Amino acid sequence: MAEPAIVVEDLHKNFGALEVLKGISLQANEHDVVSILGSSGSGKSTLLRCINLLETPTSGRVFVHGELIKMRARRGRDAVPEDQKQVDRIRAKLAMVFQQFNLWSHMTVMQNVIEAPIHVLKLPKNEAMERAKAVLERVGVYDRKDYYPAHLSGGQMQRAAIARALAMEPELMLFDEPTSALDPELVGEVLRVIRSLAEEGRTMLVVTHEMGFAREVSSRVMFLHQGRVEEDGPPEQVFDKPKSERFRQFMSGMLK
Amino acid sequence: MADLAASLDRILHHLFDNFLDGYFYPFILEGLLLTIELFLLSLALSVVLGMIGAVAKLSKSRIAQANAAVYTTVIRGEPNLVTIFVIFYGGQILVNNIGDKLGLGYIDVSEFIAGTITLGVIFGSYMTETFRGAILAVPRGEIEAGYAYGMTASKVFFRITLPASIRHALPGFGNNSLVLLKDTALLSLIGLQDMLFRAQQAAGATRKPFTFYFTVAVIYLILTALSKLGLRWLNKRYSVGVRRA
Repeated sequence: MAEPAIVVEDLHKNFGALEVLKGISLQANEHDVVSILGSSGSGKSTLLRCINLLETPTSGRVFVHGELIKMRARRGRDAVPEDQKQVDRIRAKLAMVFQQFNLWSHMTVMQNVIEAPIHVLKLPKNEAMERAKAVLERVGVYDRKDYYPAHLSGGQMQRAAIARALAMEPELMLFDEPTSALDPELVGEVLRVIRSLAEEGRTMLVVTHEMGFAREVSSRVMFLHQGRVEEDGPPEQVFDKPKSERFRQFMSGMLK
Repeated sequence: MADLAASLDRILHHLFDNFLDGYFYPFILEGLLLTIELFLLSLALSVVLGMIGAVAKLSKSRIAQANAAVYTTVIRGEPNLVTIFVIFYGGQILVNNIGDKLGLGYIDVSEFIAGTITLGVIFGSYMTETFRGAILAVPRGEIEAGYAYGMTASKVFFRITLPASIRHALPGFGNNSLVLLKDTALLSLIGLQDMLFRAQQAAGATRKPFTFYFTVAVIYLILTALSKLGLRWLNKRYSVGVRRA
């Protein structure tokens, strides 16, 4: 049995006096697509950001393919990474797609996609360009490769951002509300791309509000409420026989 | 007869005047070269100091923050001319104290080097504020994306934060560099033989202050106009990725 792609154990995160995550555990095996649901303020984005250490967890452990991200506890303050090199190396394997795309605005689409492969993975430029061509074609924005992000639609930007993530050939993809900043008519094109990635067996954690996507595409659904996991299971079970009253309320709110 | 003598006198005077004018123009133009050198060198120094200052102000280190704060508060709180005098005369004393201790005897600091350093230090403080604002204007998410893809802090700074900040820095940078160009003239007061200093000498010798000061005024205007063209070009180059409203 291979190591799980990601294991999170008893993760806590405080922002000052505010406890955002109150002990979250999750595990995703290879080829799992885990959808993380929850109303705003439930801590789902924070959870994702704690996994690649954009936020440092107050306590708890994160294993990526069995490798523990070493943290040094500090009294009264958040822990800090023990070994920044390890963090950088692990981050290169976890590609993140952001709600606001966060494409580098001073670079063209092509430059955005080859940047990390060249400067982090140390790929030769021509190899990075070939890889970029393949992933840009895959998400359907190769014809926009010489455009700057500001000249693209939201859907194109997010697809370019997904291409940037794919170019890292990541072991795990983290999607942080990838369609929440998009106009409704652009959501479909981005979801189609994410769905196709799920179908080819990529391991993904997806924070989303797209219920249809969560139900049809994911292998597991988690529901977070006020920093705790309230539901965790296969989509049929979670959607059809939810255990928690909170989730039922959440669902009826979504349907309104 | 008296008429003739007067006319002759006038003609001779005129010739002499023009002869002197002709002598002084190249003399002033040599000063122009010095002005340009001074401008470019002190601009380069101010950019380096401004970069260091901005990074210090934005760093997590309290000591770096405090140093940068003292630097910009003091320099920006003084008239540039006062700073020039203080650094020039103070620097002279400092260098000679050090020279004495090392047994080097009297060292004369060249006005050019002292002037370059002084202007660089003064405008470095203005550049610090400009660059600090420009770095803060880079969307936090773009910087975060750099880290999320495994870049080291220095990679993020040099590949993302810095290049993305240039566009935001240019207006302030342009303004500072125009003021710097004009402030090179202040250094004539510490005896640097720049354009203005030479014009003063020419004005004194020929008693035609307007002619020479006006000439210098026109040259400064040409210089600032050229700098503006250069800045416009830079602006265009760094706004390629921007949607024009």
